[in-house]
Amino acid sequence: MSAGTYAPRPGAAPLPRMIGAQTALETRMLLRNGEQLLLTVIIPTLLLVLFSAVDIVDTGAGRSVDFLAPGILALAVMSTAFTGQAIATGFERRYGVLKRLGASPLPRWGLMTAKTLAVLVTEVLQVVLLTVIAFALGWSPHGNPLAVLLLLVLGTAAFSGLGLLMSGTLKAEATLAAANLVFLLLLVGGGVIVPLDKFPDAAQSVLGLLPIAALSDGLRDVLQHGASMPWGDLGILAVWAVLGLSAAAKFFRWE
Amino acid sequence: MKNEPVVQIRGLVKRYGAKTAVNGLDLGVRTGAVTAVLGPNGAGKTTTVETCEGYRRPDAGTVRVLGLDPVADAAELRPRIGVMLQSGGVYSGARADEMLRHMAKLHAHPLDVDALIERLGLGSCGRTTYRRLSGGQQQRLSLAMAVVGRPELVFLDEPTAGLDPQARRSTWDLVRELRADGVSVVLTTHFMDEAEALADDVAIIDAGRVIAQGSPELLCRDGAENTLRFTGRPGLDLGSLLKALPDGTQAAEPTTGTYRITGQVDPQLLATVTSWCAQHGVMPDGISVERHTLEDVFLELTGKELRA
Repeated sequence: MSAGTYAPRPGAAPLPRMIGAQTALETRMLLRNGEQLLLTVIIPTLLLVLFSAVDIVDTGAGRSVDFLAPGILALAVMSTAFTGQAIATGFERRYGVLKRLGASPLPRWGLMTAKTLAVLVTEVLQVVLLTVIAFALGWSPHGNPLAVLLLLVLGTAAFSGLGLLMSGTLKAEATLAAANLVFLLLLVGGGVIVPLDKFPDAAQSVLGLLPIAALSDGLRDVLQHGASMPWGDLGILAVWAVLGLSAAAKFFRWE
Repeated sequence: MKNEPVVQIRGLVKRYGAKTAVNGLDLGVRTGAVTAVLGPNGAGKTTTVETCEGYRRPDAGTVRVLGLDPVADAAELRPRIGVMLQSGGVYSGARADEMLRHMAKLHAHPLDVDALIERLGLGSCGRTTYRRLSGGQQQRLSLAMAVVGRPELVFLDEPTAGLDPQARRSTWDLVRELRADGVSVVLTTHFMDEAEALADDVAIIDAGRVIAQGSPELLCRDGAENTLRFTGRPGLDLGSLLKALPDGTQAAEPTTGTYRITGQVDPQLLATVTSWCAQHGVMPDGISVERHTLEDVFLELTGKELRA
């Protein structure tokens, strides 16, 4: 490199370009990571195919795919917005990535925006893939697409808040363990593949307040039963979103 | 502009709980110069630099970088500085070129990424992700990330720690190129030779304070005297020799036939000693001059070994 190469010429790139570049990078990191793909793609796909084809769990009246597909979509949202984001952000914090980016021209809110966009891009890919598979398995969804979109967005907000709260306060290894454990527990106890009415009444009323239960129940009300707007479930998700995101904003530590 | 300090720190205090990391530190950094912040581990080097980078809020004192407050004016300051952290800072699943291209995209007028990759020998990293790069490759990537945005001022926190000698030279060369092109450089190091080889100014830090600051030459001259040694006939008349030498110079014969002159050893003193020997029919063998290094200065100022 010749003389004058390093002559100072500082300046931040335009914000949309920075956020776009950050979103692209975050999405690539998510899709390149094998453990992440296991959580976000392979497990939901396997569960959808397996439980639709084999009658292991009594899913009530009607085709089992009509019960399962909404639950698996809820699981997909949780796997990306909560589990995947918590683990990735936890290790980025541990390895100084968040710290280093904090000294770059990209503002912190820009980084968080990019993270959210990367989660949404991943979710779109998941929804497309899972919807295609569900249709191939004979799924016949009903209902109001706007209600579905609203549920997915509020669910993403609720799970993102909780995932960021966890990754911004715990050690990376603790986040890894806890996020996977929570994923497993909510998969079983959140109405994803096992209907909540299989649990005792007392347990049902508590489990029904979980964000995963609200999301899978709400999606099922619309897609399986044709409800117009599941206000109760939307309300539960909104409360989780407000609590999770404000706690994350308050307690998140960048280093 | 040239005379305005790029970094001005006055009375900086930073505590972590009960531990005081920086304790009333004053430091000025000249524009366009390479300034080495030198001190043992735990002296407060990283805390000082990270306060300049806006990561730490001072408990007392003021810090101005390019005339700005690193915390309050962060948005304005960040595009203008380059930062190399002591470790990490890269996605474990990112490739070297990918991360560097990304950092370039965050700036308005970045360097040519391909040329920078070649300059720092990162081309051989290929498709290897960060976590599988060698320590030296990770260091060089981190350095590249600090300069790719064409900053006015770069902070390098131990830029050559863990590098092999060749990579270390290459990093030194890059720092010199940065200075030649008008970039101000602040680097921390606990390598004396690094500070002596690179720095226009050295600030020696111990226990959270700057205990000496100046050019390496000045610090070495002021901080300690130099020594001239030779061997010759035993029992020379040192009193006669001392009369020929400047006041304050000392002479001794520590073992029979070996002589030690301590003082301001300059060409004039050397000439005086050799001509005195000639007058007295003495052949001085093995004349050697031991110049005091920053290492000696540090030892003298702190009573500590630098790498203890």
